Amino acid sequence: MPQPLDFATLQPVIVLSVWTCVLLLLDVFLIKRKSITAVLTAFGLALTLGLTFMQVGASNDGFSGMVVQDGFSTFINALQLVGGLLGVAVAHAYIKRTGSERGEYYTLLLFSVIGMMLMAQSNDLIMVFIALELLSIPLYVLAAFTRNTESEEAGIKYFLLGAFSTGFVVYGIALVYGATASTNLHEIVAFASSSSPSLLLTIGAALILVGFAFKVAVVPFHMWTPDVYQGAPTAVTAFMSSGAKVAGFAALLRVFSVAFPNISMDMAPVLAAISALTMIVGNIVAVSQTNIKRMLAYSSIAHAGYILMAFVPYGDAQVSADAIASGLFYLVAYMLTNFGAWAVVIALETKSGSGLELSDYSGLAKKYPAIAAAMTIFMLSLIGFPPTLGMVGKFYLFRAALQGGYTTLALIGVITSLVSAFYYLRVIVNMYMREGDPTPARDLWLDLTWSITAIATVVVSLAPQFLFVLASTAVMLK
Amino acid sequence: MLEYVAIALMIVVSTFVALSAIGMGELLGPKKKSKAKDVPYESGMLPYGEGTRRIPVRFYLIAVLFILFDIEVIFFLPWAVVFRQLRIFGLIEMAVFIGILLVGYAYAWKKGALEWE
Amino acid sequence: MHLTEVVNNGFLFLAPWLVFAPLVGLLINSIFGHKFSERGVGAVASLASGAAFVVSILLAYSVSINHGEVLRWKLAEWMHIGNLSLDWTFRVDSLSATMMLVVSGVGTLIHIYAIGYMHEDVRFKHEENRFRRFFIFLNLFIASMMILVSGDSYMMLFVGWEGVGLCSFLLIGFWFEMDTLARPSWANSDAAKKAFITNRVGDFGFLIAGFLMFWHLGSFQFDAVFENATHAEPWVIVLITLFMLIGVAGKSAQIPLYIWLPDAMAGPTPVSALIHAATMVTAGVYLVTRSAPLYSLVPQAQYIVAMTGAATALFAATIAVGQYDIKKVLAYSTISQLGFMVAAVGMGAYVAGMFHLITHAFFKALLFLSAGSVILGLERGHHHAEHARHAEEPKGKHKKAEHHDEHHEVFDPGDMRNMGGLRKTMPVTFWLYMIGTLALAGIFPFAGFWSKDEILLDASLHFTSIYWQLTIAAFFTAFYMGRQIWMVFFGEARHEAAAHAEESPKVMTLPLVALAVLSVAGGALNLPFEGYHNLGHWLGYTLGEVEGLPLNLQVAGISTALALSAIFISWLIYGRKPLKIGQPDPLKKPLGFIFTGMENKWFVDEGYFALIISPFKKLSQFLADVIDWKFWHDFVHDTIIFGTYNWVSSIALNDYADQKGIDAFANGLGTWTQNFSTAMRKIQNGFVRSYALSVLFGVVFILGYLLLK
Repeated sequence: MPQPLDFATLQPVIVLSVWTCVLLLLDVFLIKRKSITAVLTAFGLALTLGLTFMQVGASNDGFSGMVVQDGFSTFINALQLVGGLLGVAVAHAYIKRTGSERGEYYTLLLFSVIGMMLMAQSNDLIMVFIALELLSIPLYVLAAFTRNTESEEAGIKYFLLGAFSTGFVVYGIALVYGATASTNLHEIVAFASSSSPSLLLTIGAALILVGFAFKVAVVPFHMWTPDVYQGAPTAVTAFMSSGAKVAGFAALLRVFSVAFPNISMDMAPVLAAISALTMIVGNIVAVSQTNIKRMLAYSSIAHAGYILMAFVPYGDAQVSADAIASGLFYLVAYMLTNFGAWAVVIALETKSGSGLELSDYSGLAKKYPAIAAAMTIFMLSLIGFPPTLGMVGKFYLFRAALQGGYTTLALIGVITSLVSAFYYLRVIVNMYMREGDPTPARDLWLDLTWSITAIATVVVSLAPQFLFVLASTAVMLK
Repeated sequence: MLEYVAIALMIVVSTFVALSAIGMGELLGPKKKSKAKDVPYESGMLPYGEGTRRIPVRFYLIAVLFILFDIEVIFFLPWAVVFRQLRIFGLIEMAVFIGILLVGYAYAWKKGALEWE
Repeated sequence: MHLTEVVNNGFLFLAPWLVFAPLVGLLINSIFGHKFSERGVGAVASLASGAAFVVSILLAYSVSINHGEVLRWKLAEWMHIGNLSLDWTFRVDSLSATMMLVVSGVGTLIHIYAIGYMHEDVRFKHEENRFRRFFIFLNLFIASMMILVSGDSYMMLFVGWEGVGLCSFLLIGFWFEMDTLARPSWANSDAAKKAFITNRVGDFGFLIAGFLMFWHLGSFQFDAVFENATHAEPWVIVLITLFMLIGVAGKSAQIPLYIWLPDAMAGPTPVSALIHAATMVTAGVYLVTRSAPLYSLVPQAQYIVAMTGAATALFAATIAVGQYDIKKVLAYSTISQLGFMVAAVGMGAYVAGMFHLITHAFFKALLFLSAGSVILGLERGHHHAEHARHAEEPKGKHKKAEHHDEHHEVFDPGDMRNMGGLRKTMPVTFWLYMIGTLALAGIFPFAGFWSKDEILLDASLHFTSIYWQLTIAAFFTAFYMGRQIWMVFFGEARHEAAAHAEESPKVMTLPLVALAVLSVAGGALNLPFEGYHNLGHWLGYTLGEVEGLPLNLQVAGISTALALSAIFISWLIYGRKPLKIGQPDPLKKPLGFIFTGMENKWFVDEGYFALIISPFKKLSQFLADVIDWKFWHDFVHDTIIFGTYNWVSSIALNDYADQKGIDAFANGLGTWTQNFSTAMRKIQNGFVRSYALSVLFGVVFILGYLLLK
């Protein structure tokens, strides 16, 4: 029988779910101007964000251990809600401009956010699976939202491959259940630590890892990313490139550090190899891209590699904790920078879908110095160039890898960052050194998005310590 | 073990005989191709049109909705079995469940997903 | 070590000093030698060699008190690999002790002689600091030779075998930057290389024999090999012995690998005497004798060995007739005599072979050293004549007198056509040379008579064809030695150098006297009379007792008669009417092209050049010019690598890019990155199926790692 405390652990999720259901009906039956839906969506997200902040400091199991609420989940939930807010902000004008403004966009986005929040809160493999599906299915739909060929292709591709990878997760869960007779993370670890190492458990964990690796788009599970990111509506790309990634990493951390600590030690070389491969492939392939969406897609793959660096189990508890804190820090930095960059991309994308080539950025600095400056900040942050969050985040990551003894990994990170400068700088060179006549769309919400994220990217980087402390406290899982 | 040797031998021999019978025909038999021979066998009917035909998306829509609600109704069954133990909590849970289902149903209805034309 | 052991084995514990004594000598000379006088250096080296001789005597004594029992002294483990275990074990038995005595005995005498010889030689060649180097090499040679004869396994033997080969190379090329007439040239170096390379061919045969031995007989140790050989397939033994014969042909200068030995005369004369007449070249004979149990198993191989020896003996003897260089005659004579020995051991007459080896070491060393004395005498005479001439010249030209050595006309002190009448100017040398000649010609009662007679006797009993070849060779031997005597010591001086020739100092002649005594009395070692087969009995400890043959008057008579008649014929041709200055050889006219063939060594060197060296050089030329230069350098390096590099740099690093620093960076890194990037894009083909395949590969990779870890 659920207790009030059970509901307290899930309060933000429950509230947001109810709000979403209500909004779905309201949107269908009452609201004619979809801007109102957008505002109501934002309101719901802001309200949930407030409720999430009220959870700070609390730490509880709920619903017979199905879910958990702790500093980590609060941190991730807050991040996801901010991401949702930014997602609404960049989408509002964009879907109107591209003629695909429908209320479902917002409800789907809300459902996905709920799934993302649940990912961080799941304490049971069944819950992990439900959360994964809840976050994924709306994204499949959103990817196909514009109803042009590219968008539909993106949606179908994402769906097919997502289903494929989800299959691995389910199979993995089944194997784990077969090995431990439980799906609860704490019970799994209790069983695993009391009995001899089981191959079944290891294989199950590896298959679950594959599912998450697909979600966060690391090599070799990244192939869908460029096609889907390019084909999907840019606003959706912006949202899923950060939200889904954060959710995937959150679940990865939750599942692998809670349920499979021993197995994840075994898998350290695998994770390190995937991380290195992702950094190399992502960055190098990005070099030859001329489409900014595709380029940023590879950039997001590459950044998944950097973040995965933090999730390599380093053996030493303190180093691992620091590494994961660095990872969380980098997730924040990545979300801000990424959303900002996508906001600029959205601003430059025309109704007809042009304005997405690198050459379309020529002359932006002359005409719109503010946007160009913001874009410069985002590019520098993605390179990891001071004074930006990206630089601080990478510093923490490489430090963690070095402390963990993975010098080669850190070295690959540094070298690939150097390679990445090549394609990021190309955007800046185009904006400042080439002649052109871009006409970005101006919209209050969009302008707010890129300006606030740009300012935050710089300002927070000047005093990054408090964010790192926050991340460090969040690392302490229940 | 020894008694299985005979069986293994028989399997080998019969496989060989079968394969060689098929293989001999393939190898030695004359092959004369004609248009009529290359036509896929369609129970005596002459095939016409495209191999793949498009089916109206409405079928899929109905099917998806059917599966959705059907599977969720199946969920009632285990619920009914343990209903007595769950007592009032079970009732509320089912109310919530049906509520969520109803939201979807209302949405689908309003969107016209249930109308054929 | 127990006292009883010492007593039982006599002086066996001294065995390592066979090798270490000369090594100590060479170490002293190489470290402190620069502080010693020439006599000091020579004394150290001679003492070191002498110490080895003393040790040899003591070891031979130890063998005799043990009644010929094989004594072994394990000094160190060499290597142990699997079943193969090789030790550095000294094997002292009557055979090795005999070789030790010959090597160190003759070696010591030659060391002493060399003190006097090299003293003058280095002065004629203006390289006085090479005196020490010579004795270091000489000691190294003694050490290597001792390893060769004292090793208890084929591998130790091979170590010494290679060691003496190295010393031979170093000493032939002792005057590496000149030719035999001290003119600047690489002729001596070429001779050294020729010797070394030819010996490598022989060593190759030896190595193959060694591999076969290891593979089929499972060991290198003598006794183990002989024991296993009795159970082995005959063809294996045939192969081993025949490949060994190639090694023998290389080291002991037999057909077809004898060609290096005449050229080896480029080394200083003591080297010719010690290495290329008395000791090293007999290593092949020793090897066959040592392997007697192997050869006894395969008569076919024995026959081939004997035929090789007999053919060499005859062939080389004919060449010796046509030579003008005093040392070349002796060199071909050496080849011929080695042929006698090889024929003897091939016939299974090991005692006769070893007997001839010993006596030959005596009289051939004597002949070579006397020849060296003659050469130096002529050098001295030449020197005096030059001085005398310059003294008579007016003062204006006197300034140049300081450099007169560089200006004098080319004079070959080894050419017999420049000699004549030396018996008056160099009487001691003349008499010594006469003794050597008579011994070599096989005149009763000199040492050569007894040893050669024993070989001929064995041949006459078993192999008629070999007997006749050897008998004819013996005839030629007496003839060319007679020719030499008449040309060198009789008649009138054909050159002013010969007229002014001077006798050599005592340090040179005294060892010669010792050798002369041995050449006269050496036959006493093994007289063909009942009860006097001393050597046969002594070697019988090792080789198995053989019934000593009594003197066969028929064989002895024929050979002596032939030798005397040969000397008489040579007197008819060369002695009765001495050669005039510039007169061609009187044999040239009557013999015609036959003599031309003898003169030119039957054109064997030319044949080798046309058949082997020239094609080899052409192949090298082809490899160097076409493969290496045209293909590898011009095409691969220049065209492909350099061209591509240029091409890439012309794209990546053109002037435009150079001017813009950032572009240079972007393009340099970018060209490569973009290529990779483009390749990666091809994988990104847009098909869901291939993406799913990639996922599958990832899964397989991870699971594979976890399962196989």
